[in-house]
Amino acid sequence: MRVVIAEDLALLRDGLIRLLEAFGFEVVEAVDNGPSLVRALVNRRPDVAVVDVRLPPTFTDEGLRAALEARREIPGLPILVLSQHVEQLYARELLSDSSGGIGYLLKDRVSDVSQFVDAVRRVAAGGTALDPDVVAQLLTRRAREEPLQMLTPREREVLGLMAEGRSNAAIAAQLFITEKAISKHTNNIFTKLGLPPSEDDNRRVLAVLAYLGA
Amino acid sequence: MANGRGVGNDGGTELVRLGMLAALRGLTQAVLAPAAGIPLLVLSVVSLALIPIGVGVFLAPVTLLAVRTLANQQRAWAAEWSGVSVPLPYRPEPATSNPLRRLGWLLRDPATWRDLLWLLVNAPVGLLLGLLPAMLVVYGVEGVLVAPWLGQVIFYGWGPFWPLDDWGLAGIAGCLVLGPVMAVAGLRYGPALVRAHALVNRSLLAPTRGALAERVRELTETRAQTVDASAAELRRIERDLHDGAQARLVALSMNIGLAEELMKHDPETAAMLLAEARSASGQALTELRDLVRGIHPPVLAERGLDGAVRALALSLPLPVDVRIDVPGRAEAPVETAAYFAVAEMLANVVKHSDARRAWIQIEHDRGRLLMIVGDDGTGGADPAAGSGMRGIERRLAAFDGTMAVTSPPGGPTIVTMELPCALSSPKI
Repeated sequence: MRVVIAEDLALLRDGLIRLLEAFGFEVVEAVDNGPSLVRALVNRRPDVAVVDVRLPPTFTDEGLRAALEARREIPGLPILVLSQHVEQLYARELLSDSSGGIGYLLKDRVSDVSQFVDAVRRVAAGGTALDPDVVAQLLTRRAREEPLQMLTPREREVLGLMAEGRSNAAIAAQLFITEKAISKHTNNIFTKLGLPPSEDDNRRVLAVLAYLGA
Repeated sequence: MANGRGVGNDGGTELVRLGMLAALRGLTQAVLAPAAGIPLLVLSVVSLALIPIGVGVFLAPVTLLAVRTLANQQRAWAAEWSGVSVPLPYRPEPATSNPLRRLGWLLRDPATWRDLLWLLVNAPVGLLLGLLPAMLVVYGVEGVLVAPWLGQVIFYGWGPFWPLDDWGLAGIAGCLVLGPVMAVAGLRYGPALVRAHALVNRSLLAPTRGALAERVRELTETRAQTVDASAAELRRIERDLHDGAQARLVALSMNIGLAEELMKHDPETAAMLLAEARSASGQALTELRDLVRGIHPPVLAERGLDGAVRALALSLPLPVDVRIDVPGRAEAPVETAAYFAVAEMLANVVKHSDARRAWIQIEHDRGRLLMIVGDDGTGGADPAAGSGMRGIERRLAAFDGTMAVTSPPGGPTIVTMELPCALSSPKI
């Protein structure tokens, strides 16, 4: 799988390259600033890009802007955005074109290597990987509302993991229960929230996120 | 306004235009000085006299602030019409809705009493200086167009020629010479008379030496508070780093070192230690992130006040309406102060108000950043009671900013904050 990496700190950039190569990714280009990121994304058309939000020359949200710009040129280009801090505002901007293939994670998450690699693969496949912190914010925000109050604690847990972009199999593995039990939970959740059921994992995630107002 | 009637060159046109403008401005002042000034003066004196029986406590602030409005209009006109700058002499408004404290703030301010003195002086002075330009022009024109001819028919006079009958041809000639001289003098010196009035106003409406000394005292105080606050802030950051992230990193490196030792003989324990190390590093990162947010939120650096406030509103557990109309960026320190002020108020909404929704309005008008945070909660917020609000008041005061809180029991709570600031390059 071909990857483009954008990270200005050499230490982290090399770490990411080493990590992804160890898991069989091919790093086709690693850049350290916004403008070259847009060029790399448009010219190389990687299967997935791993991008730091804050990049030179402005050291603000250069990476995020570059990612959004590249996705305007190549709709659905899978991009996983990493940051030292997560903001719902940015999550909303990334998800706004609702075409999937978006990840938005805290940099810390890289330390859980297998989960991180799973997130990269999920994004490459057109799925979503949203940081648990963002999801937790979304859930607290809506927690007082009627439909969410009707969910059991277990269902709320499943809803959170779904919003992060996990598949039924991944949720089952995380919660140590069977996939069948999970699909029962997800059906309940969709009924209680009044969402149309969907077999497609990615579309299901986007529906949940839209419901949560991400 | 007036066009250069009968005057051929541009200089003449300009003279007439400026002269007529001054005459009109003078007339405005001549009307305003007695018609608004005297009633306001009487009302102020009456409401001050009613303070002992209670009614005045509520009435006096209203009339005194109305006086300030009139005085501020004069300050604005002095600058706009005559280029005479009259700075504001008033003491900063306290962040309280307690009527007695507001009354105290007004009565203790010498500028309040100087305003009243100005009303008294301005009534005759404003009337006289205001009427002069127009009177000179009108009387001068009358001397040419009306007096010499009417004087031949009825008993009439003009200027020194009274009655005109007795002066004969000399009277007519005198009128025809002196009239234009007077009208031109009115036009020529009208702006100067308007300016003279502005200078009289400045002598009473500008801060006195005493007020300047007061301002120095106030600046010294806010500076000391700012220095104290930033020293306390640095101590807090030091403590947080020392007890938090730093300690965790020590534990982390210990765990890793131990795991390295155990790798060969006891791989199971080594794996456990490494897992512990990873979770400790996660905690250290979370702590550092919170600390960074408290010093300068990254989203503020990335998106400015607008984006940062929107991001903040999104992260709260209740719906917040955000309306921001700021065509540019303020200086970084002002933006930071504004952000933390709004953040503190929103934190109060979440913690204390039991509100169902909140709203934020931020706009920039006449060199001031106006921030209003409101909620539909239970009210009863007292800025004097909470250290958070007082801290924000001090933080704003360092920029000459002010804060006003209205929070009746039962709500709603509305906090209005103002920060004087200029905006740089408009938003892209």
